[in-house]
Amino acid sequence: MRLGRWVSDHAVLAVALAVLAYTFLPIVIVVLMSFNQPASRAAYTFDAFTLNNWKNPCGPEGLCSSLVTSIQIGVLATVGATLLGTLMAFALVRQRFRGRSLANVLIFLPMASPEVVMGASLLALFVAGGLGGLLGFWTILIAHIMFCLSFVVVTVRARLQGMDSRLEQAAMDLYATESQAFWKVTFPIVFPGILSAALLAFALSFDDFIITNFNSGQTVTFPMYVWGAAQRDIPMQINVVGTAMFVVAVAIVFLSEMLRRRRERVR
Amino acid sequence: MSTVAPSADAAEHSTRSEDLRLSALTKQFGDFTAVDSLDLTIPAGSFFALLGPSGCGKTTTLRMVAGLEIPTQGDVRLGADDITWAKPYRRPVNTVFQNYALFPHLTIYENVAFGLRRKGRKDVAEPVREMLGLVELEGFEGRKPNELSGGQQQRVALARALINHPQVLLLDEPLGALDLKLRRQMQIELKRIQVEVGVTFVHVTHDQEEAMTMADTIAVMHGGRIEQMGSPGELYENPRTTFVANFLGQSNLVTGRVTGRDGEDLKVDAQGAEVRVPAARANGVDGDVWLGVRPEKIVLTPAGNRPDRNSLGRAEIVDVSFVGVSTQYMLRMPWRQDLMAFEQNTGARAVLKRGDVVEVGFAGAHAFLLDHDQDARAGVDQDLSL
Amino acid sequence: MTAQTVVTPAAGRQRRWNTAWLLLLPGGLWLTAFFVVPLFQLVATSLYDPSGSEELGYAMTWSWSNYGDAIDFYTGPLVRGFGYAAVATLLCLVIGYPLAYAIAFKAGRWKNLMLILVIAPFFTSFLVRTLAWKLILSDNGFVVGVAKTLGLVADDGRLLATGVAVVAGLTYNFLPFMVLPLYASLEKIDHRLIEAAGDLYASPVQGFRRVTLPLSMPGVIAGTLLTFIPSTGDFINAQLLGDTTTTMIGNVIQSRFEVGDYPAAAALSVTLMVLIVILVSVYIRRAGTEELL
Repeated sequence: MRLGRWVSDHAVLAVALAVLAYTFLPIVIVVLMSFNQPASRAAYTFDAFTLNNWKNPCGPEGLCSSLVTSIQIGVLATVGATLLGTLMAFALVRQRFRGRSLANVLIFLPMASPEVVMGASLLALFVAGGLGGLLGFWTILIAHIMFCLSFVVVTVRARLQGMDSRLEQAAMDLYATESQAFWKVTFPIVFPGILSAALLAFALSFDDFIITNFNSGQTVTFPMYVWGAAQRDIPMQINVVGTAMFVVAVAIVFLSEMLRRRRERVR
Repeated sequence: MSTVAPSADAAEHSTRSEDLRLSALTKQFGDFTAVDSLDLTIPAGSFFALLGPSGCGKTTTLRMVAGLEIPTQGDVRLGADDITWAKPYRRPVNTVFQNYALFPHLTIYENVAFGLRRKGRKDVAEPVREMLGLVELEGFEGRKPNELSGGQQQRVALARALINHPQVLLLDEPLGALDLKLRRQMQIELKRIQVEVGVTFVHVTHDQEEAMTMADTIAVMHGGRIEQMGSPGELYENPRTTFVANFLGQSNLVTGRVTGRDGEDLKVDAQGAEVRVPAARANGVDGDVWLGVRPEKIVLTPAGNRPDRNSLGRAEIVDVSFVGVSTQYMLRMPWRQDLMAFEQNTGARAVLKRGDVVEVGFAGAHAFLLDHDQDARAGVDQDLSL
Repeated sequence: MTAQTVVTPAAGRQRRWNTAWLLLLPGGLWLTAFFVVPLFQLVATSLYDPSGSEELGYAMTWSWSNYGDAIDFYTGPLVRGFGYAAVATLLCLVIGYPLAYAIAFKAGRWKNLMLILVIAPFFTSFLVRTLAWKLILSDNGFVVGVAKTLGLVADDGRLLATGVAVVAGLTYNFLPFMVLPLYASLEKIDHRLIEAAGDLYASPVQGFRRVTLPLSMPGVIAGTLLTFIPSTGDFINAQLLGDTTTTMIGNVIQSRFEVGDYPAAAALSVTLMVLIVILVSVYIRRAGTEELL
């Protein structure tokens, strides 16, 4: 009886842990393969342990230049989308105006559209506009800002909605002008939301393949590089990049979590 | 509806403050009139309460004084200055917000210093220290608001507003988020601080006990208008509308009819019983009336002992609630109406039992008459306080 | 004073209206120019003369037949696109629900850590992850070996390059899109409601069916939509884990565009979009939560 109760209490937890383990399975493979010395160029199996991939991540031609391209586009797309999206979020939360629901639909739709449709329609526009020859860095950037924008709006809007609007009123009541109230109160409080929106935008941009694939022309981003490599032979160094991405991202998350804890623990 | 609160003693504490005058103040949200042509003068230095159920327009009135809401009509004057259109940061008025609205990203010190810094003061350390002393929060300077208890946050909100030496301090349900015991304590505290600084306090609340404990003058608001204004005692002892009679404490309202006059008294036929009520407490009504008696003013005597005062006749006790300091009885009158009576537990007599039959009496000077056209249940169940 | 009384609030409203539009304008224009306008262009492209080419250009001939041709020709990928996505969505729900439930109600102080663990695997590149699955499901790999021992796969059978592998990849890659909304709506449920159900003689299973599940419906709907919509258009999983018999609609759109057959590709994209809109609106209507939009 007691055992039955324990099992039923912990069954869900056991299933959950199993699912978590399943999600980490490919990560284990990626980390493992980053230390792999393949027997032949064609075989994608683990043969021997080596540190060569880590010592020479830029070995395969084009890998590191694709990484640089991805980072450049990621940074620019993040800046653009965060700027435009934050402004929109402020308008949607803090202002009353006609056409609000239209604006909401405009922001919601890109998130609800399959990427292949967004990529295809942008390409159709560029081609119809006679810009087919100009596809490359800038068209990728345009596309990335477009699909990151909605996610930024949603993230910042959530933070703004969670903020008591009476804080701004309190600031004005305490002799802060509109702009002082914004910079002294609103902005510092919303800033964590803007920061996480920016991180999300960078992650989305950095990892995008489908939309990029339609509008990249001759430009190669990191996902494009992996895609190309997957058609031929796969350099083990992409696993080095994959592992590094994982480690950096997890480190950022843990660091911010620790900072948050410390801030709360000051008492 | 022009009402002027009696000048409070506290006025002399503050010489530079000036009266706050609202005239024909109206606020409409779409078709809804939140505040309806309000005329009100709040004397400098007084502790003034706007009391009413939620949605009565009291908070909107406060926000118009603070500059957070623009009136649809009418104006707000502070002394000789018209501040109707002034931005919130351009009026010598500060607010203690409901749930305090402390800046979560700033320390207590910076929260309190906020207003002074905005006004360009550099030497804020001394006034901040002084103000934290006034609210008994020395040593909390470096903490963040979420590390403080509700009562402490309340004090910070008060300090943050008072440090600016406003001419008027607005308090929007300042104690609403505190538990009963802390609320009692803060009521006394707030009153002490008000007397000490001598600033005009305008206090908005739905809690009649809170208003009566602290305020010199109470204005009872209902439906965007002021129902009645006066000292707590006046409002309680002689309510002028059924709403005030029910919202402020409880009242037994019995249908009656003024049948004549006998010297200073009016003769009233209340469901067959003839009672006398001083004409001064009749609120100018005649003909059909509500005869109002507060439950604690009702005197119960064993059946057969004819009381030497106004009698409403015999009643059967249908319910008894013992609450410690007093006992509450529900009395079934011969005309099928149930009246409430509270009796102090002085120990002079054993608690009556359900089914006992008693004589129901009251002193005429404790009763009041109201216009029978008013709804006898107005204001019942709208008192949200515990 | 009376004039001011009338004018000022209106002027204030006017100014606020302008501020709102000023803030919305840059982003709104961007979305209009690079999302809305392209959709119209996509529809236009889908009606171009199918005999055009990149070299010769395309003529607008209102060729509605492009749709019929494309759908006729690519019925298989179209059906597979929706079929695989539906199965993957269902699998995501089945494995994602216990995970979200455990995080919301059973994780205690490990809640934040578990949430991070849910997202963490997805910090690596989508493509690198999918390539890892290629290795996991490879013919001489561990998974196939176990499946053969259990008789789930024939001795000469394989998992890679089958529909199973494609669905497995989709399920894996879109799992967080299911778990996070589910968690968000489960987290909001007052745990006392579930205890109250137990107090009122509901068995744990009945309590779940009558209280927890209905209250988590917004999360179920959001999660299924967020999983289903991107899965239908995906072509990475089918390309890397499948073969020519497992192509999805996304693969066809991608390859048609690559070879310059724009009218057919556009017609397929529009078909995909329209089908999704129809399915989603029927689904939302049936589920009865229109406020989700």
